[in-house]
Amino acid sequence: MTLVAPQLDKRMSAAEIVAQLSDGMTLGIAGWGPRRKPMALVREILRSDLKDLTVVAYGGADVGMLCAAGKVRKLVFAFVTLDAIALEPWFRKAREAGGLEVLELDEGMFQWGLKAAAFGLPFLPTRIGLGTDLAELGGLKTVQSPYADGETLIAMPALKLDAALIHVNRCDWRGNVQVFGPDVYYDEWFARAADRAYVSCEELVDRMEDHYPDNAQANLFERCFVTGVVEMPCGAHPSSMPPHYGWDMKALKAYTDAAKDPGDWGAVKDRFVAASEAEYLAMHGGREAVAALALPIF
Amino acid sequence: MSEPTSMASLAELCIVACSEAFRGNGEVVASGVGAVPRLAAGLAKLTHSPELMMTDGEAYLVEQPVPLGPRGYDDRRPAGYLPFSRFFDAAVWSGRRHAMVTPTQLDRFGQINLSCMGGTYRQPKTQMLGVRGFPGNTICHPNSFFFPAHGPRVFVAGEVDMISGVGYNPAKRVAGGNFTGVDLRRIITNLCVMDFGGKDNAIRVISLHPGVTFEEVQDATGFALEKGDIAETPMPCPEQLEIIASLDPHGIRASVIKDNPSARMPAGQV
Repeated sequence: MTLVAPQLDKRMSAAEIVAQLSDGMTLGIAGWGPRRKPMALVREILRSDLKDLTVVAYGGADVGMLCAAGKVRKLVFAFVTLDAIALEPWFRKAREAGGLEVLELDEGMFQWGLKAAAFGLPFLPTRIGLGTDLAELGGLKTVQSPYADGETLIAMPALKLDAALIHVNRCDWRGNVQVFGPDVYYDEWFARAADRAYVSCEELVDRMEDHYPDNAQANLFERCFVTGVVEMPCGAHPSSMPPHYGWDMKALKAYTDAAKDPGDWGAVKDRFVAASEAEYLAMHGGREAVAALALPIF
Repeated sequence: MSEPTSMASLAELCIVACSEAFRGNGEVVASGVGAVPRLAAGLAKLTHSPELMMTDGEAYLVEQPVPLGPRGYDDRRPAGYLPFSRFFDAAVWSGRRHAMVTPTQLDRFGQINLSCMGGTYRQPKTQMLGVRGFPGNTICHPNSFFFPAHGPRVFVAGEVDMISGVGYNPAKRVAGGNFTGVDLRRIITNLCVMDFGGKDNAIRVISLHPGVTFEEVQDATGFALEKGDIAETPMPCPEQLEIIASLDPHGIRASVIKDNPSARMPAGQV
């Protein structure tokens, strides 16, 4: 009998993470458009039977692929785009086919909803949405300020997530993350808005303090919000993951073209998902080729 | 300032006209989205309004506008930091920003659409980007617009299909709501410059590009326009053209307006 309990160890495989998700869940996917997307975990979902998801995302190919594969019952979004390719082709197809339930939000309202969820509040007030079609289409209600101003505001409902998927630069076994790159978008709020956040990373270490004690300011969110961690180098491909690699415009172009010809996800899924991550990476020239993808310039 | 030149392209004339929208705005983030608006913001900062703030298109604030197109990754020299992760706190919701964007549709109220068109909301005929930040931008800070192809599919009759940005439509004013932040400034197109200075914020033409008539602009617009004190849109001068060229070394501006016409269009060739 020992006095000392074993160190926290949140390591899991990608398949184990996906096995913890269930049909009908509300799933947040961090990142922004074609940037910092946990694509390896998304691909693992695409290899699974998981379905009827409510997906909450600043959307890129993650949303497009999950829509194309019929995994999404409802989408909460402000945009879905591949940036240099403005219109996400598979998302567009799903919308134009009808049947996809949506809650469309302003980009700022969206993060406000994540913050409401993180703070355990039912809503946060905002002016955003007034004077547009968002409130009526989304069933958003208003509240009146109880103070002298009496202002009418939109009550942005909490975007409570059952689970969130986030790709980070570094993580340790206990869930201490380090996040780099010029912009980390709203990844920390996805973590805090979720009951369980699963983190994939470019580099996994046992104890962060033994390896990178000088970068503790890059600890974007606290490990109490992290349920599982998995090392998946190149795990954001084909989205960008600064400073490791830029987005793969060639791959995104091929993915876009496939939405037109043949336009059938079932026929092309193997090209964009593959049977395993190892196979997927090999199809794209391996880690070295991904690492060589130039960072985008705006 | 030297004399205007007759050598300018229509896109360059538009860049100069767009840059005027940023004049005297104070210390706000000038966000020019798209080649012409971005060049216009850069031109404004490098000439009449050095106090403007702007980003490198990603996360850093720069005091020297970043040129368009391929260049060395680290050529930019950050002076500050404004990532998306604090963009709403610092720039949008604080009102310290003036954005110039190109929506898909704009109606007589200045309501804009970037979301979807036709069909039903459940099954649109054409799905576009989504509303992005338009609902917040338009109720928090000034906005202007640039359209490279002035026509009735952009300037629609009736109202836009999906109201993604707030305009001056009295029917969309929620009782008790604070709409004092709604501040639509300029609309610059390949034909003219307009503002919202007409009756009840109606859109009016304030300058016509050389060789364009008011009737031509009206014919290309899905709603009735008012006439301001209409001037001729000024031609760029050589210094302005030089700055524009330095900010667009790859000549991306030549691809913005169909056939890249000269700024001096013969009348009737719109």
